[in-house]
Amino acid sequence: MQKYISLLRMKFIAGIQYRAAAFAGILTQYAWGGMEILIYRCFYLENQTDFPMQMQALSNYVWLQQGLLALFMAWILENDIFEMITHGNVAYELCRPCDLYNMWIFRNMGVRLSRAALRCLPVFVVAALLPAPYGLKLPPTPGSAGLFLLSAILGFLNAVAFSMLIYVSTFYTFSIQGTRAFCLAVVDLLSGKVIPIPFLPDGIRQIVELLPFASMQNAPLRIYGGDIAGPQAAQAILLQCFWLAAMILAGRILLRKALSRIVVQGG
Amino acid sequence: MIQVENVSKSFRVAKRNAGLKEAVKSLWYRKYEVVQALDRISFLIPEGEMVGYIGPNGAGKSSTIKILSGILTPEEGLVSINGRIPWKQRKEHVREIGVVFGQRTQLWWDVPVIDSFCLLKDIYAVPNIEFNNNLEELTALLHLEEILRTPARQLSLGQRMRCEIAASLLHSPKILFLDEPTIGLDAVSKLAVRDFILKLNEAKKTTVLLTTHDMQDIEALAKRIILIGKGRILLDGSLSELKEQFPNRESLDEMIASLYRRYQI
Repeated sequence: MQKYISLLRMKFIAGIQYRAAAFAGILTQYAWGGMEILIYRCFYLENQTDFPMQMQALSNYVWLQQGLLALFMAWILENDIFEMITHGNVAYELCRPCDLYNMWIFRNMGVRLSRAALRCLPVFVVAALLPAPYGLKLPPTPGSAGLFLLSAILGFLNAVAFSMLIYVSTFYTFSIQGTRAFCLAVVDLLSGKVIPIPFLPDGIRQIVELLPFASMQNAPLRIYGGDIAGPQAAQAILLQCFWLAAMILAGRILLRKALSRIVVQGG
Repeated sequence: MIQVENVSKSFRVAKRNAGLKEAVKSLWYRKYEVVQALDRISFLIPEGEMVGYIGPNGAGKSSTIKILSGILTPEEGLVSINGRIPWKQRKEHVREIGVVFGQRTQLWWDVPVIDSFCLLKDIYAVPNIEFNNNLEELTALLHLEEILRTPARQLSLGQRMRCEIAASLLHSPKILFLDEPTIGLDAVSKLAVRDFILKLNEAKKTTVLLTTHDMQDIEALAKRIILIGKGRILLDGSLSELKEQFPNRESLDEMIASLYRRYQI
């Protein structure tokens, strides 16, 4: 276990060196978050009865999403790993007395944690200063705070397990352009990145909520503000556990299959 | 002890002629050619021996190294390294070997070299005392004092290669595979690397299998050479015997070139 933790730490240390990227990221997050709040405010003022969330819950959702972007997004991918696969440096990875799946999943966690660590605080502080119901408020009860923490960890792991599937697919496709485009378009919509899932039409919404993508950020971001609570929260968390197990299993099986037929190209 | 018996490996290579028409055609119908990278090769390397593994480009040298390192699985044949089958007992096996791929890097690009070394320490679970001893020794022998705290991206090729070799030896492997370790190095670095490998083999009885196109590497390091061409072992014997066969040849390079011609590889 120590070796995987060291890998995570290494990636974390390497990641927090990039100050300019973090600064630019924070500015983007302010702008994006502010824009979203303004748009939803218009809808909310226009017709409060048909608005599927509380305005405060929605604001919490938006600001948490902006602050913790690096943890929950499917498209935070590491170019190093793609390069390793397509250019053959994966040879060195296989010379280590380690499990390749574990090595890569911990690397990923390190990258995401370093990015989130640099970006979340400035976003949260400014969002907390905004007037209600447009800013970030503390969770209503200690219970929902605890559930949020649990669900956020699971959401993070779900996102990492999903990105592992993308890495492994590179062994089969040799190019990431397709998978990456797919992720940007489809996963963003289905995970609640573009619009929160409650805003999707009935019928579609119930299905989307069951998909693994909803387990990445929909669940924790809505549990935080109490939009999902009680038995519904328990159900969402169980679903997160299920998808996490399923995606890890699928990733491991596909990786083992890929390695048995691996060809290290060139030299 | 490295035992290789009748190992074969082939690759499928997509081939097409140049041009747009051919490219469009290959969307529907793709021609594959099977390239026999290794064709029933066998050899035996006892503990502590240094062997030069030579052959023209594309002969199958790197494929052999990759099979011996547990990365590739051969279609046929037996490999046993200190009693283990590399691709089946990969994790146990790689703990005891060190590999340097001259054309690739194992150092982390954007952190100082020493950070990469410390990570390797944790990955191989090397005890503190052993790690510090190895690091001290490697630093002295490979002249790394100046560069340990430099990020890998700012090292020259020769500096990087010395660090790569050190990185492969931090866990005191019993067997070392070197795949073109002197590629692109200047004279000083080459000598340093050769000198180091000799000392390592003498002091620790490390078994070394070395592939290279630099015949001076072979002359300096290997008493025995194995020649491979088109996936077959063509020659396996001592370097001095081989030299006796070519009394008129002036340089080792010419000798090897005429060997390649003789076997038409």
